[in-house]
Amino acid sequence: MQIERTFWKVLIAFAAFGLVLLIAGKHPLQAYADTAVFVLGSLEGFTELFVRMSPLVMAALAVSIPARIGLFNVGGEGQIYMGALFATGTALSLAHAPSWLLLPATLASGFAGGAVWALIPALMRIKGVANEAITTLLLNYIAPLAVGYMIFGPWRSPESLSYPQSPKLVEGARLAVLPGTRLHAGLLIAAACLALCAYVLYRTRWGLEMRAIGGNALASQHLGLPVRSYIGACMAIGGGIAGLAGMAEVSAIQGRLVAEISPGYGYMGFLVAWLAGPSAAKTVAMAFLLAFISSVGDVLQITQGVPFAVVNILMAAILFSVLCGGKRAGALQ
Amino acid sequence: MKLDTQRPAREASSPLISAHNIVKRFGNLTASDVDLFEVRPGEVHGLLGENGAGKSTLSKILYGYYRPDSGEIRVEGSPVSLRSPAEARALGIGMVFQDFTLIPALSVFENIVLFMQGLPRVLDRRALQKQIAEAAASLGTSMDLEVPAGALSAGDQQKIEILKQVLAGARVLILDEPTKVLAPQECSGLFATLAELRSRGYGIVLITHKLDEVLEAADRISVMRKGRIAGVLDPSAATQAGLLALMFEGRGTREMTRRTARSFGANALELRGVCTDDEGHAVPLGDVSLRVREGEILGMAGIAGSGQRELGALVVGRTRPRRGTKMLWEQDAGEWSIARLRQSGVAFVPENPLEIACVGGLSVAENFALGERRYRRGLGIDWPRVQADAGAAFDRIGFPRPPLAARMRTLSGGNVQRAVMARELANRPRLIVALYPTRGLDVRSAQAVRDKLCASAGEGAAVLLVSEDLDELFDLCDRLVVMRRGRIAGEFEPAGYAPEAVGAAMVGAAEMQRAN
Repeated sequence: MQIERTFWKVLIAFAAFGLVLLIAGKHPLQAYADTAVFVLGSLEGFTELFVRMSPLVMAALAVSIPARIGLFNVGGEGQIYMGALFATGTALSLAHAPSWLLLPATLASGFAGGAVWALIPALMRIKGVANEAITTLLLNYIAPLAVGYMIFGPWRSPESLSYPQSPKLVEGARLAVLPGTRLHAGLLIAAACLALCAYVLYRTRWGLEMRAIGGNALASQHLGLPVRSYIGACMAIGGGIAGLAGMAEVSAIQGRLVAEISPGYGYMGFLVAWLAGPSAAKTVAMAFLLAFISSVGDVLQITQGVPFAVVNILMAAILFSVLCGGKRAGALQ
Repeated sequence: MKLDTQRPAREASSPLISAHNIVKRFGNLTASDVDLFEVRPGEVHGLLGENGAGKSTLSKILYGYYRPDSGEIRVEGSPVSLRSPAEARALGIGMVFQDFTLIPALSVFENIVLFMQGLPRVLDRRALQKQIAEAAASLGTSMDLEVPAGALSAGDQQKIEILKQVLAGARVLILDEPTKVLAPQECSGLFATLAELRSRGYGIVLITHKLDEVLEAADRISVMRKGRIAGVLDPSAATQAGLLALMFEGRGTREMTRRTARSFGANALELRGVCTDDEGHAVPLGDVSLRVREGEILGMAGIAGSGQRELGALVVGRTRPRRGTKMLWEQDAGEWSIARLRQSGVAFVPENPLEIACVGGLSVAENFALGERRYRRGLGIDWPRVQADAGAAFDRIGFPRPPLAARMRTLSGGNVQRAVMARELANRPRLIVALYPTRGLDVRSAQAVRDKLCASAGEGAAVLLVSEDLDELFDLCDRLVVMRRGRIAGEFEPAGYAPEAVGAAMVGAAEMQRAN
């Protein structure tokens, strides 16, 4: 029944968005028909949804793991960039290593990049210097600058001087891609992370302790749980998973480090986590919804000649509609 | 504390509020099944019952917080449908909850005005202040309206809650365990206020599980058991034994535990000249020295907020001594982590279990397993063993077993207290620090706790018992210290146990005399 209600709410949002298109002098019915044909009706469009889902799921985990112990990680975007940066660094400097070593090393570096970027706010929180909601957000503005520095400077590709980007990664550092599509092994990584997190949260002692800390940090401290260690570990693992998303974008999609490695996946992932709460199934469903919305934006840009930013109206409409009347206020707690 | 105001003739007057054939179910549990409950003007109606007997449910129905599944509420004779507390308030029904609803950062004046009905948009501050001061005076109290509510003692906050209801036009006042948060001296103040309200024709519901309170303060006593009214008595005709029989269906209670001569071992806990920092609202400890030996129960008396909570936090490792030493079993334990302390056998029952001793969103069993190394199995937890141990722990103390899968938050206050107690005492602790462990428990459970503490001491555990109940302390403790303003203000051996002497140390009367 809840799923049914959510479906109607999404439908209402699309109707409202249609009204906006109508007012703007466009053809909403035609627009939705095009969307159906291009996004759901073609193999390319449909697989593209899953291409976008994998970074969204990973970015959502980056938020949702710290959220289980009551922390706000708003820094998924920055952690994606740092993951991409570290992974590229390893792939470029170990280019001659055998691929059985190179790919795992690249993956590990991607994880490490995101983890380091999330550990900085975690340490500041543990020391009581600053709240992680602020510091993670601020670090989002630094990470793209670090990426920019590397691709404008040390790593600038000699073959494309007009466009700032790193050299192409060697084949051994590339994630497998399904021929004929852009579907890549990052989706499997995302699925594995999601499954692992659900297992840890509900089947292990650590999961119990995380839920305890999230439920009542003071009592957990009184019961002798290592709350500080959990703050560090949950932030680092969450950030690391976002870093993996950045690594996958570099290694599977772009093949090199570029300035715009993420079109805001970190922020969209925050929404996914917020809407889905701790449930793995809902995380997948919400990631699918947001992937769909961003695909709709692409289609409308081409067929209706509206700017991509219009998609923000649709996203806002859906958020309003889904959140209205729902008991979502405490989803992150 | 005896009420000496003239009791008005009230037999003729019709009830201010009455409940008829009220039934309220939560799932399979019938929380309330009440044929008739009524409150007349000028009456203090005591509502007595053990934890979970349905007192709170009934009062929340009267206050519009719960809607009954069937039955009727009448206000001054006419049937009403209470859909929310706001509607109940509009009909003159007010409730003072166990946890106060004052906003700590706002002043007393602001807190009261926030609650008043039908005020103009622009407030005449001076007139309102006058009105509040007059209302306070008529209840026989006075108060500073400009201090923030959070800075006041529990007793004063409660007075404000009552005044707030009176000014908002309440005719019926429901007080849910009002003495639970009060020091003994504050209780007499509360009862004086209630007597004043009664003489002015208010109807008062006094919810409690303390027999002496209803016997002293009530005009009529309704005893609840398993959601039903088991009997309505006149206090002059009621006896403690009779009330107990009604409360517990003749299951009876045991005799009070008597302290027996014990032999003591080495020091389990020793504090030498300990001082702590003045952090936030905490009462800093000043030069506290005490020791608890194995097999000994050391009692600690004192007015609430005299540093008992801070002492507990220090012993269990949440704060560290700034000066002085904390020794556990003859080792310097000042820097031990909480985990290490617990591992070495320190059990802690804090005064506010739901806040600092358990996680409301987790089940009873999950709370039992938290932080316990013995239940680890691989990456997970040995749940069958947790369940078995938890069940056994409740049985051993003599508490009824709660549903182990229920979330802690859904249990009643008394059951949370019992669950925390059961967990802390489950693994034969060597040092038990218990703050007000019987507060909020019904007579039988409180007795079970006392028995268990004595039994633990008999098995060689050291017990530090903080309590506000002098009878309890006198009965159980081998020695007694009194805390006042973060310092030890007196130390007593059983021969010197006298309420006057201990009470004088609690309020600092000895010092005052010396100063004069």
